[in-house]
Amino acid sequence: MNEAADGLRFRFMGERSVLVELGDRIEPATNRRVHRLMRLLEQENWSGVRELSPGYRSLLVVFDPLQIDPAELTRRIQALVGRPAAGKLPPARRITLPVFYGGEHGPDLPEVARRLGMTEEGVIRLHTSVTYRVYMIGFTPGFPYLGELPEELALPRRSTPRTRVPKGSVAIAQRQTGVYPVESPGGWHLIGWTPVELFHPDRRPACLLEMGDEVRFAAVDAVED
Amino acid sequence: MAGAPTLEVLSPGILTTVQDLGRSGYARWGVAASGAVDALAARAANRLVGNPEGSAVLETTLMGLRVRVLRDTRLAVCGGDLGAKLDGETLPLWKTIAARAGQILSFTGPCWGLRACLAVGGGIDVPEVLGSRSTNLASGFGGLQGRALRKGDVLAAGEPQPSGPEREFDPAAAGYEGPPWRLRILWGPQDEVLDEQGRERLLGAVFTVSPDSDRTGIRLEGTTVPVRPGAPDSIISEGIIAGAIQLPADGRPIIVLAETASGGYRKPATVIAADLHKLGQIMPGDEVRFAAVTLEEAVALLRGREEAFRAAFRPPLPG
Repeated sequence: MNEAADGLRFRFMGERSVLVELGDRIEPATNRRVHRLMRLLEQENWSGVRELSPGYRSLLVVFDPLQIDPAELTRRIQALVGRPAAGKLPPARRITLPVFYGGEHGPDLPEVARRLGMTEEGVIRLHTSVTYRVYMIGFTPGFPYLGELPEELALPRRSTPRTRVPKGSVAIAQRQTGVYPVESPGGWHLIGWTPVELFHPDRRPACLLEMGDEVRFAAVDAVED
Repeated sequence: MAGAPTLEVLSPGILTTVQDLGRSGYARWGVAASGAVDALAARAANRLVGNPEGSAVLETTLMGLRVRVLRDTRLAVCGGDLGAKLDGETLPLWKTIAARAGQILSFTGPCWGLRACLAVGGGIDVPEVLGSRSTNLASGFGGLQGRALRKGDVLAAGEPQPSGPEREFDPAAAGYEGPPWRLRILWGPQDEVLDEQGRERLLGAVFTVSPDSDRTGIRLEGTTVPVRPGAPDSIISEGIIAGAIQLPADGRPIIVLAETASGGYRKPATVIAADLHKLGQIMPGDEVRFAAVTLEEAVALLRGREEAFRAAFRPPLPG
């Protein structure tokens, strides 16, 4: 581990990848720094860099250590980050996902409402009231980790994860919300469903959302107030 | 499909998938690398039939795969010794084989190792998805329709290279000593979760491979690794690569393989690149120990291994 003055920290994961940590917390400013570093490295396109894998607060840079010396790579990344006004980000894209809340589409909505001491409509109103940031995409291809969920909706994950969550399920857990792009296991609370396909390997681009996008949910089944 | 029908699956065995050296460039979308777990075996098999190293092969597990050869072709089987037979005769591994239409290749059961790679001249011809022919089983894309092979599947091969000399590869050069397996690690990225006792346990213990192990990870049992008091059970989710050793709350390490792009488990150590191919051959029940090396040693070991790989072909590779 190697800590630099501007809070950049390098942690090697084997000799062929290094986590560049740009902060300690889940927060938009740190996540934007991760995004900026990813774009910079894309533009630099150094030979020997194989993969850039962004997380909430870190960028995993996978490389061929026979092409780039690991210590040299960290020095070059350090210099890149230090450049003034390095890697300006374009304005965030805004995407609205239509959601059918509750009923068969969101089997956990009644229980979520009960545990939070509010009505189902109240949960929907709060969930649709916020613009969420795509912090990262992971878990399964196309799964967006969206934050932050209003504090009033925060619940721990389900004690027993489901073995099969349907594709398109809109879910919440802690201060996060997300959409399951393919059928998979999952431990979050299912409150709705979107017909929008988030990931399809044969589509261009395969993934609808990107890190840094802004996402809103819109209720389409017009629950009466 | 552009290529000519080359292999017909008579029985798929325990698990057989199409794999190449994996997918890169899509981790930002949560897409894992996939690829042959024993990449060295895939690379050697491709070289032996005159393919580029990254051509697609069949990766078969343990036993039971039977295929009919549909046209004369070169093939090579590398990696685990799973009792490969051609028309009932023992098939030499790590060697170019000129197979004829109608012959039957079968894998009758393991003598050593867990996975074998079967390469054919021209490479297995399935469409590239996100830049790779590897099967992503969890998400159902890549390879042959995103799934494991089934009885009746017919696989095409691409256009073979003009046939060069038949070759052999000396697997001793690749270094497969085991079981018991000795895997070399680098500490990190989260080695601070271990105190002296935890480090000593990870390096001193003999672990046993759990039967739950699969292409997603090798689960270790037999002893638990204690973490420093107060160390958090999970970390903020981040990217991950094959070889990272996760330490969940129960203290039983899991060596992650290439089917995961990100995760929130702490990873006190990572298996070095020069030992990754061994992960493809570790069987449930095998014993595993770890030894720590430095970053500089890990790079030198990889360089030495790559030189040994190139030097292990007879006659030598061109260039």
